[in-house]
Amino acid sequence: MRIGRGPGHWRRETCPMDANLADPKLTHVADQWKYSSPLIACRFDPKSRFVFSSAQDNSVQRWNLENNEPVVLKAHDSWVRAIAFSPAGEFVMTAGGDGRIIWWPTAADAPEPIRTIDAHQGWIRSLAVSPDGQFLASSGNDNLVKLWRIDDGSPVRVFSGHEKNVYSTLFVDDGKTLISGDLAGKVHQWEIATAKVTRTFDAKQLHTYNGGQGVDFGGVRTLSISPDRKHLACGGLHKATNPLGAVHEPLALVFDWESQKLVQSHIAEGVKGTAWRVMFHDQPFLCGAAGGSSGGFLLFWKTDQPKEFHRFKLPNLLRDMDLAPDGHRIATAHYDRHLRISRLAAKVDKPAST
Amino acid sequence: MKCSYTCRSSDHLLARRQFMGTLAGGTLASGAVVGGLSALAAPDASKQLAKNQKRVLVVNMAGGLSQLESWDPKPATNTGGPFRAIATTVPGTQICELLPKTARQMHHLSLVRSINTKENDHGKGQYLMQTGRRRTPAGDFPRIGAVAAKALNDPTKSLPGHIVISAGGSGGRSNDAAYLGPEFASVSMGNGKPPQNTDRPAGVSETSELQRHAFRRRVNDRFALRRRTAMTDAYTANYEQALELMKQRDVFDVSKEPQADLDRYGKHDFGRHCLLARRLLENDITFVQVTHSNYDTHNENFNFHLEQLGEFDSPFATLVADLADRGMLESTLIIVLSEFGRTPNINQNYGRDHWGTAWSICLGGAGIQSGAVIGKTNNNGTKVEDREVDHGHLFHTYMQAVGVDSTGHFDIDGRAMPIADPSYTAIDELLS
Repeated sequence: MRIGRGPGHWRRETCPMDANLADPKLTHVADQWKYSSPLIACRFDPKSRFVFSSAQDNSVQRWNLENNEPVVLKAHDSWVRAIAFSPAGEFVMTAGGDGRIIWWPTAADAPEPIRTIDAHQGWIRSLAVSPDGQFLASSGNDNLVKLWRIDDGSPVRVFSGHEKNVYSTLFVDDGKTLISGDLAGKVHQWEIATAKVTRTFDAKQLHTYNGGQGVDFGGVRTLSISPDRKHLACGGLHKATNPLGAVHEPLALVFDWESQKLVQSHIAEGVKGTAWRVMFHDQPFLCGAAGGSSGGFLLFWKTDQPKEFHRFKLPNLLRDMDLAPDGHRIATAHYDRHLRISRLAAKVDKPAST
Repeated sequence: MKCSYTCRSSDHLLARRQFMGTLAGGTLASGAVVGGLSALAAPDASKQLAKNQKRVLVVNMAGGLSQLESWDPKPATNTGGPFRAIATTVPGTQICELLPKTARQMHHLSLVRSINTKENDHGKGQYLMQTGRRRTPAGDFPRIGAVAAKALNDPTKSLPGHIVISAGGSGGRSNDAAYLGPEFASVSMGNGKPPQNTDRPAGVSETSELQRHAFRRRVNDRFALRRRTAMTDAYTANYEQALELMKQRDVFDVSKEPQADLDRYGKHDFGRHCLLARRLLENDITFVQVTHSNYDTHNENFNFHLEQLGEFDSPFATLVADLADRGMLESTLIIVLSEFGRTPNINQNYGRDHWGTAWSICLGGAGIQSGAVIGKTNNNGTKVEDREVDHGHLFHTYMQAVGVDSTGHFDIDGRAMPIADPSYTAIDELLS
């Protein structure tokens, strides 16, 4: 099986820039919209018409970027932790704690589920769409990664080899490869055709076992591959001196894709929390979203420096972020029930609505 | 040069003597005991033996188990979190989906969903749930294990009646019997290991050991002729108990259990500790406590409850099923408790904080109705709506369930010490 490049290729967790360069140092909140429950996850649709978010009331919200009116999608029995789109943006797939993946029509006036599959035993932690748009990968607490056909939801393949919950998954833009990261800090590289592990990246710095508290903590919460496919970034946390008490710091590890050597450990001094998501920008830099006891931060790193070249503090703790296809906007999902849209450019004369 | 700390030379025998002294001494040196120790001179003075020997098993969910992720789920509410409720073997009773195997044993168990202890401090919460009373500066109260050991233990039995299997530590005897005296203080099994210093040193022959104790007994007897006190009797009794414990050391060795059972209970510490609890209860130890840690989930409550209850569910359900299959459930009270519950509110770190206002415990077995649900919280679990109870009611209920008149008292140095707080009563409708 070869999965080719297709119109959804930017969903490989990188974002192409448009004609004007984004400038992280000009980052500001351009819009913010409030929902009735704390938010969990967020994603732009491929055409940048909407941002979809999920919330602690088990619902998914569709926010129209033009008029900021939310449409609420209800069908899950648990929190939705993963959102993905078909390449042309006609379908949105959502998944979460009920172990189900639900297909919805992205732009319908009142979206109803098109298809629901019982995909995993326990939580689904992540979804990813193949570059050619044919396949959907899911990962979950059953320690499995599964591959599905997007057009009909039929199962294609099961990838078994993780020994802990699988937190993240991502297609590589070579048409042949899938990667997935787990709680123990292992990132398996899978050959899609055979479902065999071909390599494993060691990101164990993102995992802590605290013997006093008797808990495993951390894990590879997020994955991103650089546009030139030279680097793999794995995000999460480290310095977990008190996992149960939220004392830990965000960390993003960058590996050389070919040699698998760790080339950088990106930190954020003084920030407490987790790197919930990292995404390579095409310009290039790595954008990270960190949330924890010291608040919510957008962090911008260059691969040759461990510390960020810019940080932007958001008004409240964040739990997820997404870069828009234009590379100029970032959506963030917040505990204070707000979805915020930040721009990586100079302010324009439009006050943020509340 | 090799360090010879474990050489067991005669120099190191002192450590063992000190342990036996500790076994014998317990709280004697604390000076904080209430009521003196003369009761030990007449160990049967306050016994309340039931016709059939009763036992108590406590599973302590240390740190504060979330009632919403266990016994009182509130799915699809603003406080419910991501987990769903599942059916149990008791029609109409649901518990959290994190406990699928326990759900299949719920016909042996009951729930109290209306606890309001008004206490959000770990130490104070643990104290009141273990003693049935609020800590006061005036004096200490015995823990439930000490009370059970004193009220239920057959005094002719040679083994200690109060065993605490701790998640870590080295073991030894604790200071948790208050005025009941050191005879009823817990013997701790650090990480499930047999009590420390209970094997005869290789350098001491059996003959020599017998001669030493014969000499000790002769000297003790001579001393007792003129200067016998409760304290000397306590030392003597505990030395003899320690010797019996050494003879029956296998009782404390879970590795003697069949491999199939070791596999069924799981290879992790909690599984091993649950199997050890079964072994101890089968050997007529009156009170056994197992601790599972840690539930103090201010951060990522859902990930950690998933992890912790994933470990708890199978061995606990296996233990309940085994006790039922072996006909021991009628005589064994099971209590799954915490120091408090966790807040309905989900904090910014996906955590839940301390919450003594509206929470739950699970219990079953001896003297407890099967499949009962006592009390009720409101729709999103923020307050008790029906049949509010607290630690005082629960302590009376535990004691009544194992056949002890909890309105009675212990005679300590001629002073009547109530077994449970007299201002409370048992939850009668929970008793069978």
